[in-house]
Amino acid sequence: MAEIEESQAQRDAIAVDRTKGDFKYEENYAFDAGIGLSAKVVDYISNVKGEDAWINEFRQKALKVFNDLPMPTHWATEDLKNIKFDEIRYYLSKGQKASRTWEEVPDDVKETFERLGIPEAERKFLAGVEAQFDSEAVYSRMKDEMSKLGVIFCGPTEGLRDHPEIFRKWFGKVIPTGDNKFAALNSAVFSGGSFIYIPKGVKVAQPLQAYFRINAENFGQFERTLIIADEGSEVTYMEGCTAPKFETATLHSAVVELVALKGAKIQYITVQNWSANVFNLVTKRGVAEEDAEVRWIDCNIGSRLTMKYPGVVLRGKRARGEVLSIALANDGQHQDTGAKMIHAADDTSSNIIAKSISVGAGRSTYRGLVHIPKTLRNCKNNTECDALLINEHSRTDTYPAISVRGQKNSVQHEASVSKVSAEQIFYMMQRGLTEGEAMSLAVNGFVNDLVKEFPMEYSVELKRLIELQMEGSVG
Amino acid sequence: MPDSLVIKNLNASIGDRAILKDFSLTVPKGEVHAIMGPNGTGKSTLAKVLAGHPDYTVQSGEAFIDGEQIIGQEPDAIARAGLFLAFQYPSEIPGVTIANFIRAAIVARQAKGAPFDAKAYYAELYAKMDALKMDRKFTARFVNEGFSGGEKKRCEILQLMMLKPKYAVLDETDSGLDIDALRIVSEGVNRLRGPDMGFLVITHYQRLLEYIVPDRVHIMYDGRIVHSGDKDLALELEAKGYDWVKKDLASA
Repeated sequence: MAEIEESQAQRDAIAVDRTKGDFKYEENYAFDAGIGLSAKVVDYISNVKGEDAWINEFRQKALKVFNDLPMPTHWATEDLKNIKFDEIRYYLSKGQKASRTWEEVPDDVKETFERLGIPEAERKFLAGVEAQFDSEAVYSRMKDEMSKLGVIFCGPTEGLRDHPEIFRKWFGKVIPTGDNKFAALNSAVFSGGSFIYIPKGVKVAQPLQAYFRINAENFGQFERTLIIADEGSEVTYMEGCTAPKFETATLHSAVVELVALKGAKIQYITVQNWSANVFNLVTKRGVAEEDAEVRWIDCNIGSRLTMKYPGVVLRGKRARGEVLSIALANDGQHQDTGAKMIHAADDTSSNIIAKSISVGAGRSTYRGLVHIPKTLRNCKNNTECDALLINEHSRTDTYPAISVRGQKNSVQHEASVSKVSAEQIFYMMQRGLTEGEAMSLAVNGFVNDLVKEFPMEYSVELKRLIELQMEGSVG
Repeated sequence: MPDSLVIKNLNASIGDRAILKDFSLTVPKGEVHAIMGPNGTGKSTLAKVLAGHPDYTVQSGEAFIDGEQIIGQEPDAIARAGLFLAFQYPSEIPGVTIANFIRAAIVARQAKGAPFDAKAYYAELYAKMDALKMDRKFTARFVNEGFSGGEKKRCEILQLMMLKPKYAVLDETDSGLDIDALRIVSEGVNRLRGPDMGFLVITHYQRLLEYIVPDRVHIMYDGRIVHSGDKDLALELEAKGYDWVKKDLASA
C-alpha cells in the first residue's frame, strides 16, 4: 500500500521521517476508500455508512460543487495550492488509522505531553499510538445522562438516520454546500462530528465535550457538526483539547452549523492545537433567532494554515452574536482567522474581540465582516482586533469589512498592533524571569481579558500552552 | 571578596560611545552607598550594565556578587544571583497584574516544580503594601500601566521588598516623587537595611539622602568615581555644586 506522500516541507515541519514505512494502513479494503476523490469514493462512504439515498445525492452534488469552485487564492494565501487532493484519503474507518509505536513519537511531542501533565493513556492516544483509551466509557456515560434530559448527542450518521425529522430540516441550511470550496468538500465526504439536539427549555449545566465523543468514534478529519438548541434551551459545547494532536492526516476541513431557536443560547468553545503539517480549513456559522444568543470562543494554535471565520446570522429581533478569538502563529504558521456578523433583524447586537499573536516568522491575518442593512434599526456591533508581534519577522494583516447602512445603527471598530519591546523583556528578566517566561507572561497579559471568558480548565491549559509555545520561540 | 558587590575596572559602551571608564567600586553587604554625579556621567549606564542590559557592551572589567561573576551573564541569571534594579523608568506590562508579576518573579527563584504557598504570599504582599501605603486594589492593576510617577516607584520598592535581593541598585528612585511619596519609599528602603542587603543608591540630588542616609557617598564623573566620602560629602556637593566636580575633582 502506498504511503501518503507529503512535500519535504511538511515532513520537516513535524520532523518525522515517514519514508521508513512505519506508518502503515492495514490492508483491509472493506473499510478503505483508497486515495483521491471521486464519485466512487463518495458512493463508497455512503455505502459504508448505510446512508439514505438523499444523503448520497447531497454528497454527490457537493462533490460537483467542490470540483467547480476555484481555489479562493484570489483573496486567500497561495499556500492552498499545495494541498494535494489526489493524495488524500477521504475515509478511513475504525482500525484503519495509521498506527505507530510510542518510540516513534517525536521527543518534543512527548515532552509537551509531559509538561502539560497529560495522563499516560491519553498521551498515547493523542500521539496516534492508540486509537482510543477510555473515551467510549466517558462518552457513553455522558450520552446516558443527556438522554434522560431528552438531549440527542450522536454523530451525523446516526443523527440523519435515527432523527431525520429533527436534523434534516437544518442540515446544510446554515452553511449551504456552495458556501465555499471547503464547505463543499466537507459536504461530499463528511464523517464524524456531533449532532446535538437540546429540547425546549432544557438547560444543560455541564458543557458537552466533543473530545470524548469524537475520540470514541475514532476520528473526524471531515467533521460535520450540527447543534440545534430548541426554544429557551441552553448548551455549551467544547471542541478540541489543548494537547497537540499529532496527526497523520494533513487536511482537516470541518463544517459546524449552530441553530439557536427563540430565546436559546449556544456557546461553542474550541481550543485547537494542531501539529505544524496540518491545513485546518473550517467553516463555522450559527443562526440566532429572536432573543437567542450564539457565542463562539475560538482559540487556534498550531497548524500550517488555519482559515476560520466563525459567524452568526442574527435572524430574529434582539438576537445576540459574539466571537471571541485568540490565534497564535508560530514560525512557519499562518493563522488566517476572523469573524462574520450578519444582522438581519432589528435590535440585534454583535461583539467581536479577536486577538492574534505572531511569533518568529509566524503570520496572522484578521478578516472581519459586519453587515447591517439600512432597513434595520437599533443594531449594534462592536469590533476589537488586537495584534501582538513578538519580533521583527512576525507579520500581521487586518482586513475588516464593515457595511453598515441606515441612520439607526451603530458600529464601533478598534484595532491595535503592539509589540513586545526589548525594554519590557529586559524589565521582566531583571526580576528573574527567563526570556521565554518573560515572553509568555507578556503574551498571557495580552490575551488575559479574553482567556477569562474560557472555562477554568481550558484557561489554565491555554496559559500553559502559551508558555510552551513561547519557550520554544526564544533562542 | 565574599559578602560584597565588587566592581573592578569596568569599561562599557553603547554603540561607539565609551561610557564607563575603568569604573571600580565595592559595596559591602549591609551598607548603603550613594552615587551622585551630573547628568550624562554614566550613573544609569552603570545600573544597566550591572543588570546585564543587552544594549551595552562590556569591553573589559569584572563585577561580582559575593564572589560570583555577573558580567557576561543573562539579565535573569544576574537577577536570580541576587541583584535587583529599581528602574528609573519601569516598563508597562499590559494585562499582567502586579500580584501575578511578583508571583512569577518569586516562582522563577524557586526550584522547578516546588509548591507555591499562595496564602503566605498574599499575606506578605498585603503587609508590604500596607507599609508602602498602597491600596490593596493595586494588586489587581496591570504592572505600571497608567501609574503616576510616584506609583511606579512605589511599585518598584514593593517588588524589592518582596524579592529580597542581596544587592539593590536604586536608579534615580527619587525622580518624579513628591515629598510624601519620597518619605514612604525611603521608609520602605530603610526597613530593608540590615546585614543581609547592600544598596547602591543612584541619585542626582542630595534630597533623597536625607531620608536614606548613606554609609558612603561616591561622586561619579565621566564614567568613573572621582571622589568618595561619608554622608557629609553629599552636603558638600550640594553646597559647592557640580562645577566643583568638573573643575576640581575630575582633574585631580
